[in-house]
Amino acid sequence: MSVPLPAIELAPRAGLLPSLGAVYRAQLSRARVARIPLLFVATFQSIGILVMMRGVVGAHDTEAARDVVAGSAVLVVAFVALNLFAQYFGKLRATGGLDHYATLPVPAASVVLGTAGAYASFTVPGTLVTAAVGCAMFQLPWVHAWILLVVIPLAGAALAGVGAALGLLAPRQEIATLLGQLGMSAALLLGVLPASHMPTAIRWLRDLLPSTYGVEAFARTFAPQPDWAVVVADLAVCAAVGVLSLTLATWAYRRAATRA
Amino acid sequence: MSTVDTVAAGQRAATAAAATAVCCVVRDVVKTYRVGRGTKATQVRANDGVSLEIARGEVFGLLGPNGAGKSTLVRQLTGLLRPDSGRIEILGHDIVRHPDRASRLLSYLGQESTALDELTVHLAIETTARLRGLSATAARATTADVIDELGLGPIAGRPLAKLSGGQRRLACFGAALAGMRPLLVLDEPTTGMDPVARRAVWSAVDRRRSADGTTVLLVTHNVIEAETVLDRVAVVDEGRIIACDTPGGLKAMVDGSVRLDLVWRDEAPTTLPLVAALATRAAVSGRRWTVRTDPGEARELVAQVTAGPAFAALDDFSLSTPSLEDVYLLLGGRHEGLEK
Repeated sequence: MSVPLPAIELAPRAGLLPSLGAVYRAQLSRARVARIPLLFVATFQSIGILVMMRGVVGAHDTEAARDVVAGSAVLVVAFVALNLFAQYFGKLRATGGLDHYATLPVPAASVVLGTAGAYASFTVPGTLVTAAVGCAMFQLPWVHAWILLVVIPLAGAALAGVGAALGLLAPRQEIATLLGQLGMSAALLLGVLPASHMPTAIRWLRDLLPSTYGVEAFARTFAPQPDWAVVVADLAVCAAVGVLSLTLATWAYRRAATRA
Repeated sequence: MSTVDTVAAGQRAATAAAATAVCCVVRDVVKTYRVGRGTKATQVRANDGVSLEIARGEVFGLLGPNGAGKSTLVRQLTGLLRPDSGRIEILGHDIVRHPDRASRLLSYLGQESTALDELTVHLAIETTARLRGLSATAARATTADVIDELGLGPIAGRPLAKLSGGQRRLACFGAALAGMRPLLVLDEPTTGMDPVARRAVWSAVDRRRSADGTTVLLVTHNVIEAETVLDRVAVVDEGRIIACDTPGGLKAMVDGSVRLDLVWRDEAPTTLPLVAALATRAAVSGRRWTVRTDPGEARELVAQVTAGPAFAALDDFSLSTPSLEDVYLLLGGRHEGLEK
């Protein structure tokens, strides 16, 4: 047709925050239906590790005990945010589920952040239970356990971003699952085992893992007089990695959704 | 104003009217895929120079067997895939250059529901409405309307994953209806649905067309559906459009031929000379043989088959006027793949 068509007005886009809220709400309900058994698994796994490590490091307030309790609590976040998230996005991509979002006028960030937020929220009860059990077992003070309410969203964001990127960038669904599991194993080994017992090379690897800073921030609050400046610095690193990893995840989502 | 000017203005107005009546223009769209890896990789032409025009308010269908390239074409229209070459315009917007605009012009029902599977029907529709840009209040209202319209009330509180295939499809169709769009793109919407659900789908489509002038692009491999609900249909085979007309217009191409279907009780009695002769020209699908011929010969064949010894082996027979499947075959389409 030689005459250009008069273009009709486009329908408005969905706003960032309203659509983030809608995705969050939907994902949280989805988690309620489908993920409760897995939350139990995550919590029991962490409590199991606490019981096991109690035999290794003894039931006293030592640096190792602090690392074990903080690491086990944050491990619940790693299990859900990294492992399950990688699997979820891997599946969504492999089965064409991303088409649903890609054909709606919704910002990529809303989908990624809404889903990540829902997964992170979902870890709250398990993390708190693990922390409480850990404090009881190792006789640690739990007055500053409120810090978990900061650690969970920050470590959750960092790990969920990594998980989503793994799930969206992996060439196949099975590889996404495998990478999620490997990431979880790394969070387990590097987060729960006391850093002072590790070889230097492994410690560097530990420093690269975003959850490490969440673990350290929480572990420091068990001190009689926590060094809040260092705690805040740890959390700031967590937040920075969170922003980076969620940006990466958003980019990966866009790439996967519009992939030829 | 001179006569020449008046005529020119009249022509411009007529052209503009014709232009506004067009919803969707596809020109010479080519899309190839790589299949396999490394040296074994081969190129598959999913769309091989497809051109078509869809008028506003039209229910337009893409009919063809699985793998014909229908879904690939639709995925390019929805901005999910970028064509290798060619032009796609929807309601005046260049979708090849601005694929993100597609989501603000059309509503798409794909073949997969994984993104919604674990949500309840109600939440799936409401969330989709929100993500289509509706306010919370409008999303709630439209969800209630759609649930009511499609009769989804009894299953509104159940997760999609727990529903039967047809119910799940209906719920996804409901999500596609949430939030008004001038173009509805439906990829095999009625797969697995019972007749009640199918009726609900076509009534909802009809209501939107008559009330809002909504255009519908439907992908199907179901011949009956194509004949009954479509205004126009493009027959797609191996990445090309081999015909495009109204169902009646297409069927007129095979006027003068009829179809004789013979269904045998057991094995066909090929020892009989009449049946052996038919075997060479019949399309065989299990115990069903289909012969296409002119009405005179068809009558003769029926008389011979029903009067002779072959009748004892016959379970059922029918003579029918041509369907879109016959058109598809006449145009050189491959035999299998269309659902009757």
